[in-house]
Amino acid sequence: MIITLGHFAVSLALLLSLAQSIIPLFGASQNNIKKIQIGRGLALANFVLVATGFFALMYAHVTDDFSVVNVAMNSHSTKPLLYKITGTWASHEGSMMLWVLILTLFGALIALVPRDMPLVLRARALAVQGMTGVGFLAFILFTSDPFIRIFPAPTDGQDLNPLLQDPGLAFHPPGLYMGYVGFSSVFSLAAALLMTRDIDAKWAKYLRVWVLLSWGFLTFGITMGSWWAYYELGWGGWWFWDPVENAALMPWLSGTALLHSVIASARRGALLRWTLLLSVITFSLSLLGTFLVRSGILTSVHTFAVDPERGVFVLALLGIATGGALILYAARAHQLPEGTLFAPISREGGLLINNLFICTACATLVTGTLYPLLLDALGGGTVSVGAPYFNATMVPLLLPVLFIMGFAPFLKWNKGDVRNALANMKLAALLMLTAIAAGLYAYGNHHIIGFIALGAGGWVVGASITDAWRNRDALFANAPRLLGHLGIGIAVIGMAGSVYNQENAFTMQVGDARDVSGYHITFDALADVQGENYLAQRGTFTVIRGDDNVTLYPEWRFYPVQAMPLSHVALRPDAMRDLYLALGEEQEDGKKKTHAVRFQIHPLAPWIWIGGVITALGGFAGVAQSFKKKWI
Amino acid sequence: MTRKRARLYMVLLLVLGVGTAVALALAALGQNVSYFRTPTEITTGNYPEKNNKHGLRLGGLVEKGSLIHEGSAIRFSVTDLKNSLPVYYNGTVPDLFREGQGVIAEGHVDEAGVFQATMLLAKHDEKYMPPEVAKELKDTGGVK
Repeated sequence: MIITLGHFAVSLALLLSLAQSIIPLFGASQNNIKKIQIGRGLALANFVLVATGFFALMYAHVTDDFSVVNVAMNSHSTKPLLYKITGTWASHEGSMMLWVLILTLFGALIALVPRDMPLVLRARALAVQGMTGVGFLAFILFTSDPFIRIFPAPTDGQDLNPLLQDPGLAFHPPGLYMGYVGFSSVFSLAAALLMTRDIDAKWAKYLRVWVLLSWGFLTFGITMGSWWAYYELGWGGWWFWDPVENAALMPWLSGTALLHSVIASARRGALLRWTLLLSVITFSLSLLGTFLVRSGILTSVHTFAVDPERGVFVLALLGIATGGALILYAARAHQLPEGTLFAPISREGGLLINNLFICTACATLVTGTLYPLLLDALGGGTVSVGAPYFNATMVPLLLPVLFIMGFAPFLKWNKGDVRNALANMKLAALLMLTAIAAGLYAYGNHHIIGFIALGAGGWVVGASITDAWRNRDALFANAPRLLGHLGIGIAVIGMAGSVYNQENAFTMQVGDARDVSGYHITFDALADVQGENYLAQRGTFTVIRGDDNVTLYPEWRFYPVQAMPLSHVALRPDAMRDLYLALGEEQEDGKKKTHAVRFQIHPLAPWIWIGGVITALGGFAGVAQSFKKKWI
Repeated sequence: MTRKRARLYMVLLLVLGVGTAVALALAALGQNVSYFRTPTEITTGNYPEKNNKHGLRLGGLVEKGSLIHEGSAIRFSVTDLKNSLPVYYNGTVPDLFREGQGVIAEGHVDEAGVFQATMLLAKHDEKYMPPEVAKELKDTGGVK
């Protein structure tokens, strides 16, 4: 009953989205307030309808309704409740429901806030948001219907892939999608601005809060994903330059560029065309990412079984949205108000240079990610582009960004003074040198890239602290920049540490002791543990170095329903490093029962995710500012 | 500064930026692309990257009964159901690495004809088969 209601609600939402993409457009061009108000009502109704569908699916997951194919394929009666809830969006169909839920959520938000948004602008933005809704609701109903039933219902489900049975599933996809899909609001508003004649250059301010909100969530989602991959996939790496990861990084990079250019546009009326173009590009990259992930067209360490046919549908949506918006841009851009001029050495100049580097990096990333597809299409063979390419291109392109982002906040708007700004860089220079010296002392003088990154991180952190001190009377007003930059600096220091990772693999049996990388490891005990829906062997290891004495409990788990093994890593983070211990499957070696053990030391690793979360808070602080101004 | 001049600077900067990016990207792509090869292509010597010291991706199924543990290292064979190639690997073995399952190994072929793998990609999903491997097995007629 409830699932039928959900199915009906989503089908109705498709029809109402169609109305939402047409009626407010007429309202705006005829200056008919009634039609615009109908558009607002439709946006709210669509959100309620899609939410009904989404929670109906969640209800089916929580109550083990195996007559729903999606539940039967991805759940099991013994699965813990948390993973029944999060399992709603663990499958392809469910994750597309989450996608559309967030799309309509942003549609509803555009209908309501900010209060002072011009009616025509709101109406046109709602219409564009409605069009995206039509495309993706059709995608769900015609290619990925989560409400399909099966009779008779199976007695139990096939369970969820154990890798996804992790709290990470509760944070990573919703956070990532709030960012990814949130940029649809920026796209809709940018298209609305392009459709509206006689706009003021500073109308870019209506984009700002949406950019900050989406970017904050995208930053948070990527950070959570990286952390999850680090501890759950069991390789101890936090970034693999994998196509699926790149898919999220592409809109993040262009979103970061947009975040900065929108400030120049909103405050100074500069760079408006560039801001609008970036708005279109950023959401297009979100769609490209959705296509790459959902089509499974590229071999990825993160790819789960997917149906390539669906990719064609998303590709068509990508073509229509990007093509349509770019045609609109080409037709209207030259009629937009001329921007305010500024000197090359100025705050705007710094923002622009950084924009240039970030966009170049983004283009390089897109090239590398799509190159295998291109070559394959041209019959050039099956290739893959891996970490060496991305390290060789992205690192040199993004290092100057770190240098400039420390320096540029001390330049004045319109016309800045280099000498004046340099006078503020004392602490930054000091921390940069300290970080390099500390790195040399701790890790010796190999791996030059490690020192460069440590120095760059120290530079950015030092500059942020100076910046905060100079603005100590107006911390809230400057919070987005201060938190955003500080977080990036901290994360870069954490990333620098991974150059000095120590990874050891060896075999041990219970009672063995071993000295590895300065640590004394003993395998004290091995116990059989019964989890809620898995069996596990839990090892007890003591790891000692000097006064530092830790006990770690890594597990080798077996999930009987899917007949799938999973290594559950034991971690001990502190300020300086992460200790990482993984237990392998039991091997019969003659009469002995040995285990492969992996012991890794990840210097500074925890700071990667702490920095990422601080950076995301910068985005949210900007949203909070809008609230405080009663702007919402 | 006049508008025209400002625009000129912008364009120059853009050209410079894009030029750098293209140069970096092409240089990096030339060196860092790894080619996907099947056991048949490698055993028959029928592939152009023969003399490369790195940059090969070998894909296929882990041959049943071929897996041997040597301390923390493993030896196994990758097969496309026509030919198979011995692989040596010392490193992190993915949890789902199993005989009979699809696998992609990155590395190079040494003088003895053994594939020295530097990384293994096994999938974290029972139903998943890398698209290259699926196509390869279809081509050799091993799997429909």
